[in-house]
Amino acid sequence: MTTTTPSAIGQPLDRVDGRPKVTGHARYSAEIPVPDTAYAYVVGSRIAAGRVTDIDVSAARAEEGVLAVLTHRNLPRIAEQPPLIPSLAGTAAPGQTFFPMQDDTVHYAGQQIAVVIADTWERAQHAARLVRVSYAESTPVTTLDQGRDDTYVPEKIFGGWIPGRIERGDVAAGLAEADVLVDGTFTYAANNHNPIEPACTTAQWEGDELLLYDTTQGVNATQMTVSRLLGLPMSKIRVMGHYVGGSFGCKAMIHAHSALAAMAAREVGRPVKLVLTREQMFTSVGHREEQEQHLTMGATRDGRLTAIRHHKLSPTSHFDDWAEPSIGVSSEIYACPNYEGVYRLFRANTMTPTFMRAPGEASGMYALECSMDELAHELGMDPVELRLRNYTDVDAMSGRPWSSSGQRECYERGARRFGWAGRDPRPGTRREGNWLIGTGMAAACYPVAPPANPQRARARLYADGTAVVQAATPDFGTGVATVMTQVAAEGLGVSVDRCRFENGDTDLPNIAAAVGSAGAGMISAAVHAAATGLREQLIKRAVTDPRSPLHGADTVDVVVRDGVMIAGTATDAYTELLQRNFQPDAEASGQWSPPSGDVPYGMMTFGAQFAEVAVDAELGLVRVRRMTGAFAPGRVLNARTARSQLTGGMLWGLGQALLEANYMNPDTGRWVNSNLGEYLVAVNADAPDVDVELIEVEDSIVNPLGVKGVGEIGQVGAAAAIANAVHHATGRRVRKLPITIEDLL
Amino acid sequence: MSARGPALTERGAALEERGPGPVRVRLSVNGTEHTLDIEPRVSLLDALRERLDLTGAKKGCDQGTCGACTVWVDGRRVLACLTLAMTCEGREVTTVEGLAGEGELHEMQRAFIAEDAFQCGFCTPGQIMSAVALIEEGHAGNDAEIKEWMSGNICRCAAYPHIRAAIRAVRDRA
Ligand code: FES
Ligand code: FES
Repeated sequence: MTTTTPSAIGQPLDRVDGRPKVTGHARYSAEIPVPDTAYAYVVGSRIAAGRVTDIDVSAARAEEGVLAVLTHRNLPRIAEQPPLIPSLAGTAAPGQTFFPMQDDTVHYAGQQIAVVIADTWERAQHAARLVRVSYAESTPVTTLDQGRDDTYVPEKIFGGWIPGRIERGDVAAGLAEADVLVDGTFTYAANNHNPIEPACTTAQWEGDELLLYDTTQGVNATQMTVSRLLGLPMSKIRVMGHYVGGSFGCKAMIHAHSALAAMAAREVGRPVKLVLTREQMFTSVGHREEQEQHLTMGATRDGRLTAIRHHKLSPTSHFDDWAEPSIGVSSEIYACPNYEGVYRLFRANTMTPTFMRAPGEASGMYALECSMDELAHELGMDPVELRLRNYTDVDAMSGRPWSSSGQRECYERGARRFGWAGRDPRPGTRREGNWLIGTGMAAACYPVAPPANPQRARARLYADGTAVVQAATPDFGTGVATVMTQVAAEGLGVSVDRCRFENGDTDLPNIAAAVGSAGAGMISAAVHAAATGLREQLIKRAVTDPRSPLHGADTVDVVVRDGVMIAGTATDAYTELLQRNFQPDAEASGQWSPPSGDVPYGMMTFGAQFAEVAVDAELGLVRVRRMTGAFAPGRVLNARTARSQLTGGMLWGLGQALLEANYMNPDTGRWVNSNLGEYLVAVNADAPDVDVELIEVEDSIVNPLGVKGVGEIGQVGAAAAIANAVHHATGRRVRKLPITIEDLL
Repeated sequence: MSARGPALTERGAALEERGPGPVRVRLSVNGTEHTLDIEPRVSLLDALRERLDLTGAKKGCDQGTCGACTVWVDGRRVLACLTLAMTCEGREVTTVEGLAGEGELHEMQRAFIAEDAFQCGFCTPGQIMSAVALIEEGHAGNDAEIKEWMSGNICRCAAYPHIRAAIRAVRDRA
């Protein structure tokens, strides 16, 4: 390695965990060999509302190899139910404030009512089918139509973080003075995350100490949640999760199975592995709720918005006021004097919905950006031009300037790459054989949410010049292990191949759960602090070491390259400094404290989405032929992994637009298609090539390295761009997700 | 059709003597012989993952819908979750761990790294086993063909364009 290090950040470095992943040697949480492991299989409720009147476990218990059957009758009570607070807060973060099997009540179909533990997976699975349950069933409420007459406006949603109503100006007056009005009701099917790795926890007790291998976006969140639920001191719980097979939000909060695995292991006196089945993944880890949004906007003839009214209706559970915050961004990204956003909820027989990729923005921007397209059409104005006309360089809700934007560049460069210029705006005018061709675009934006408390990392340099940098965060596909290796190498002044990032263990320095695209920003801040702290420590040591060629130099004049400290012509290597002083290693902790209190800036990531579709004129089939996304995510830590995440997000937008739906049977209150054969996600044949343009913008506000994150914004606006393209192709404005063949026949 | 009936009946008699309790099953995986005492209902996937500690093949659904468990039996790609382990006796099972020699990488594995054809990596062993077989099957002629014949392997991280790029790279090198 001869190249210099200062530019390690940003390089399209291969993933550091590429080799273990392609060889099958990466061990995910269900794959850690733990001797004598027993297997737990969960039994879910068949009914959606009512009570368990009897539960006969004798047949199951009598099966060979069955070690225990837990039900509400013998499962120990939890010590305490912690409140629902998003895991970014760095506190306990249960997915809902209801813990199953504490009494005989059934709130939703699939709710855990028994756990069978046996010596093999097959025996547990078989015995689970022998558990006989009798119910007293009441009529469930699950769908919008069943709930819309009994709604309320919550004071706060989203774990208490977001108000149920926001407004500014006078919407009625704003709509009255508009020359043009656009008004539409948008409906959305429920969506499920469906990472390919199902949720899993392996629990192992050593005396009164608990070790969990957990699939989670935050090992610390698991540790804190299980600690509260079981009444166990934090110091007695260790949680590990190095590799996580995707999450998309369903492993962002800590759901009941993690604590259930621990309780099961205590019951049988053996380690227990609890893996959810694919079907259980639809009823045990949250989902994006079914919803309806009503959006009204008014504008002047020259395309200036005068008012936006954005209302949302959705079901929540009997215990939490949850809605994904679909309304936030429509209040912020366009200059518009009058705004009103309201959430309406009704109680339903569902588990509490949860974060799902771009939670709120993906659905809210569909309503907003389809409405903007319709407005452009009404005004005879180019859709990009309409958005530029309503551009704001302050957050329209708070009035605070953006910490950085890049939105205009996203429109311009995205449009250029896509070939938007010269588009004939008339719908239904382009045809290739049987296919109607259309193009559409939409804005993308996603808020930058800093964590609530200090984030920590640790850096250690050995006397041989290699380094280990540590933080608790798991890597669930974001590439965090790779980019943090780069951040650490640059901070320390060593080459990336000398640096190893160690992660996914609560014994390492605490990091809040990597959610809401906040992971890269906060972890890089902590890693940067640790690595540069260690560098400064070593430099200080050198300039005060009489035997160092750098002795007496001013620390500010010292630069480090490839592990060599340089001041003018004098050099001293880290290795020589440490070896000379009989020091086996040197270590530093780093901490980043996010800005506390009010930041006088609006913090948002921006982008622009473009899509081309072909719609079969007779069959109503929609094919997305190409997609272009331009995004301004602040500083890009690794262009390759960033592009991959953005590509994935855009294809999620495709799935949201055309495929993804779980349907509810309103009579039984059960989901109809809880499997990957019938819950459609994009497969290879659905996915066109995707063009991602990265626009780097400097941001000195959000965090030390100016990183705004790429996990979610790829999806935001993509469904709207596709729906707008469908309109352009066919003249049909579909206000429903997913758009299916029936909508276009 | 008629050829299958008698063949099944003949083997049926042999199978009846075995099970439903644990039976001795000999499996050859990646060139190594293993002897297992397992119930006949144990899938090839669970035999690999839970008994042989070969966790490269993943369990994404256990229902034949995701492709994460794709391995080869006698060189053909199969879904290990829908295959009973004992039906693989006398056959050669290949998993991602056996694709290349110890410490080496198959060119498809190298291409997956080079093209960043994965994120979380959970679908990846299945994608790679499918991808290598795909080229051998002659189903990688163009992108449309690759798309179709790789659609049994879901990648929820949606690395599809990069997976195609990796397959193209290996195909064009051949
Ligand atoms: S685990 Fe076999 S197809 Fe999904
Ligand atoms: S890499 Fe995550 S599912 Fe394919």
